[in-house]
Amino acid sequence: MNPIFASIAIAGPETVLTLGSLAALMLGTFTGKAENGSRALTVTSLFAVAILALAGFTLLDAPAGMARAFDGLYVADSFSAFLKVIILAASAASVLLALPWLNESGSGRFEYPVLMLLATLGLAIMVSANDLLTLYIGLELAALPSYVLAAFHRQDDRSAEAGLKYFVLGALASGILLYGVTLIYGFSGSTQLDQIAAVVGGQTERSLGLLFGIVFILAGLAFKVSAVPFHMWTPDVYEGAPTPVAAFFSAAPKAAALGLMARVLVVAFPGKVAADWQQILIFISIASMVLGAVAAVAQTNIKRLLAYSSIANIGFALVGLTPGTPAGISALLFYVSVYVAMTLGSFLVVLQLRRPDGSPVETMADFAGLSKTQPRLAAALAIFMFSLAGIPPLLGFWPKFAVFQAAIGSGLIALAIIGFIASVIAAFYYLRLIKIMYFDEPAVAVASEGSAVNGAMIAACALFCSPVGMLAISPLVAATAQAAAALFPA
Amino acid sequence: MPILSLMILLPVVAALVVATLPGGDDERAGRARVVALATTLVEFVAGIWLWTQFDQTTPAFQFTEDLPLFAPFVSWSLGIDGIALMLIELSVFLMPLCILASWTSVKKRVPEYMAAFLLMEALMVGTFAARDMFLFYLFFEGGLIPMFLIIGIWGGARRIYASYKFFLYTLLGSVLMLVAMLWMVNFAGSADIGVLSKTDFPKEAQFWLFLAFFASFAVKMPMWPVHTWLPDAHVEAPTAGSVILAGVLLKLGGYGFIRFSLPMFPDASAQLIWLVFGLSMVAVVYTSLVALVQQDMKKLIAYSSVAHMAFVTGGLFALNTQGLEGAMVMMLSHGLVSGALFLCVGVIYDRLHTREISRYGGLADTMPQYALALLFFTMASVGLPATSGFVAEFLVLLGLYQTSTWATFVLTTGIILGAGYMLWLYARVAYGKAAGDDTRAMPDLNAREIAILAPIILATLWMGVYPKSFQQPMKPAIAAVVARLEGRELATVPTDMTLSPVLPALESPAKAAESHH
Repeated sequence: MNPIFASIAIAGPETVLTLGSLAALMLGTFTGKAENGSRALTVTSLFAVAILALAGFTLLDAPAGMARAFDGLYVADSFSAFLKVIILAASAASVLLALPWLNESGSGRFEYPVLMLLATLGLAIMVSANDLLTLYIGLELAALPSYVLAAFHRQDDRSAEAGLKYFVLGALASGILLYGVTLIYGFSGSTQLDQIAAVVGGQTERSLGLLFGIVFILAGLAFKVSAVPFHMWTPDVYEGAPTPVAAFFSAAPKAAALGLMARVLVVAFPGKVAADWQQILIFISIASMVLGAVAAVAQTNIKRLLAYSSIANIGFALVGLTPGTPAGISALLFYVSVYVAMTLGSFLVVLQLRRPDGSPVETMADFAGLSKTQPRLAAALAIFMFSLAGIPPLLGFWPKFAVFQAAIGSGLIALAIIGFIASVIAAFYYLRLIKIMYFDEPAVAVASEGSAVNGAMIAACALFCSPVGMLAISPLVAATAQAAAALFPA
Repeated sequence: MPILSLMILLPVVAALVVATLPGGDDERAGRARVVALATTLVEFVAGIWLWTQFDQTTPAFQFTEDLPLFAPFVSWSLGIDGIALMLIELSVFLMPLCILASWTSVKKRVPEYMAAFLLMEALMVGTFAARDMFLFYLFFEGGLIPMFLIIGIWGGARRIYASYKFFLYTLLGSVLMLVAMLWMVNFAGSADIGVLSKTDFPKEAQFWLFLAFFASFAVKMPMWPVHTWLPDAHVEAPTAGSVILAGVLLKLGGYGFIRFSLPMFPDASAQLIWLVFGLSMVAVVYTSLVALVQQDMKKLIAYSSVAHMAFVTGGLFALNTQGLEGAMVMMLSHGLVSGALFLCVGVIYDRLHTREISRYGGLADTMPQYALALLFFTMASVGLPATSGFVAEFLVLLGLYQTSTWATFVLTTGIILGAGYMLWLYARVAYGKAAGDDTRAMPDLNAREIAILAPIILATLWMGVYPKSFQQPMKPAIAAVVARLEGRELATVPTDMTLSPVLPALESPAKAAESHH
């Protein structure tokens, strides 16, 4: 077989997504007349979900072990497969959950699922990137549709502002990342991760240029995962962007960027240089955990609150990456998979609620007395909040447990102590939302939008995050351990 | 039969049933009460069965279950020794009484209230039955959620402040313990409590591990100066919430000390007795004095709890058989007596809706039955012979005397102060003249209230007259802990009234018993 076909076969999900996104564009264009815009949106969205599911199925017959494609630019292994499952599922959920919101807001255009497919394609490439240039292509392919998505509600000033802000800062971050790539290429002679590792491993002295390259790359990636000190865009973009888009931003791209970060650092910079990036990561993760916890205390907007919550959670996830051990990477993947369910669930509840005048809920005060007006949604949100706060026996406790176990196993005890204290501070604001829902009297009668699909997704996420979800620990951790092992060839 | 699993799962299932009952508000409330009471009674029967089947001659864990359900993080591994057994008995004994006490006084969101209490029961039984350290942590921390909701939803005026304070205080203490647990499991390669209790951790590490666990247990206990959450939580919690707080949750600290700190860090425990004694001595005197000036009945009892808990820590860190047994009896006795005192406050609070002492008076005339019950529990709290309080205090002081006479001296003044504030409370409430017509018009105990208080009176008397039935199951387990402590180098604390700093290593229990008889 021609090597190019073999490569395409290996890159199954990407191929499906590429063709599917083009087909979705056609489908939307031909069904989308001005008078039935919402039908085009529904049809295209369902098609997009089918494409995402199909891409997921191609992962099933992926070859065991590591398969390289396109001359080593791309690799498919259990690490990328695991993350792709999360990314595809989160994207599919993000497509579905948006339907009622988009139709109501008057932004119900079929481009939304198409852009989501393109962004998902970029995310899939990111986690399979074995070369700094593939990495960059994946990042940009994910970022460009994201900028448009952030501004998707184009009649709304805040949405347009969010899009613009995201674009300007995102472009800056991409530039920084690209500069890092050139530095690394200059000082190691390659952009391919394993070849960089070979050069780095052979060095006896620390190369300052390489170090600068790592710093720049980490800065660019930290922007993508919204880790402190590159987090400033997150609250503004989450607040301004349409809520379904914010839900998407908080889930799939975070999973992809964390996976990418893990692969670049572990595969390309092992050994002695690991001590250097470890220090950067320690700083980033402590800063994210603490700032995410402290800054959220003063928020009144629910989306901003969730933005800071995602910053803090990224900090916790990075604790798992810091040791750079198989146990740590496994913990990171476990963290990501649970975090995606928690954050999507929280956003789903926010999406499901309506003020009496039909507008979506925005401020924390809208949740007052929710346990009386909408007991089931309040219970689900309480599960997500306790879970995000990391209170056992909810599932959200165990990812924190796993990352700190990995950190302590590598002797990073101070990091663990600081992290746990930050989690207590963070518990304060998660509790505040629960207090508003359960202890306060209802101020306005908040209604439920009543979408059955979203309701089912909320129920599924809540069940997963509840103590029942603990039954999923064993299979999930087995999968993450296998995925993490792929980054550490024996 | 996996009796422990069933005892944990039954209330959870019942809680789900209660929370999802069909029907209108009143119907749901009525059914919820019945289901909750039935469940707690079944739990109580199961607890009694557990006691009858328990082998009192061995320190080993019994009724063990092992299921690697949540591997690799934690395994569903359960089992109880005598210490855990008695604390489970206390929990399942108090629970139906709590449900009865809330029968009419809780009016809003009854199904949720009952569900929270049932969850609480499951988590408490789980805490005492866990044999995997992380499983213990899971239940230990999980109890925060229902308690947070109980205080926050059904509590008094400052309930929100109190619920936050309770939650964050205890959470902060616990996360440090979790770090230590992770380190220990990493070191020992097992999370099994039985294995860890036999692991000799390096002495320097023990010091830090002890402090990390201390941070958690001292807050739960609570010890001075981290006790300030307790009066707030107690005052704002509904009556049954206070009973569970005082009766069972406070025991988690003492249970933690005897299950983890003493056998796992014996060297650090022996080296740091000065810390525990110091805090206990301050606690007894300071909180007793604070209790004297309280205007609020619940607050007064809450402060007296802190003082009684200082007896527990004093007894535990006497590091000998009498001290440990005394501390355990003190925990059981305090669970009964202070729980009953909170119930007594609840009885008159339900009638007059105030806890201010000055609003009452003359109850001995208008409510003679109530006054009698209150008198009995006041005396039990003070430690009158023939009540459980006397056995507990006597054993603690006996044990403590061998380790530090100074601590014994200061703790004994606590008994006198305790008599002071409790008797003065009783005098103000029961004697004199009624503060107003509404006070005078309060009806005496009804049948439900008698049914709540009578079992506690009987249990308190039983424990006071024949404590052996409660001590016997615990003896082997306590002996195992004392054996771990044997021969450890003790910190030099002033041991007798001459302030001599010389102190030998801990005696073996056999020798201690000899020299005592």
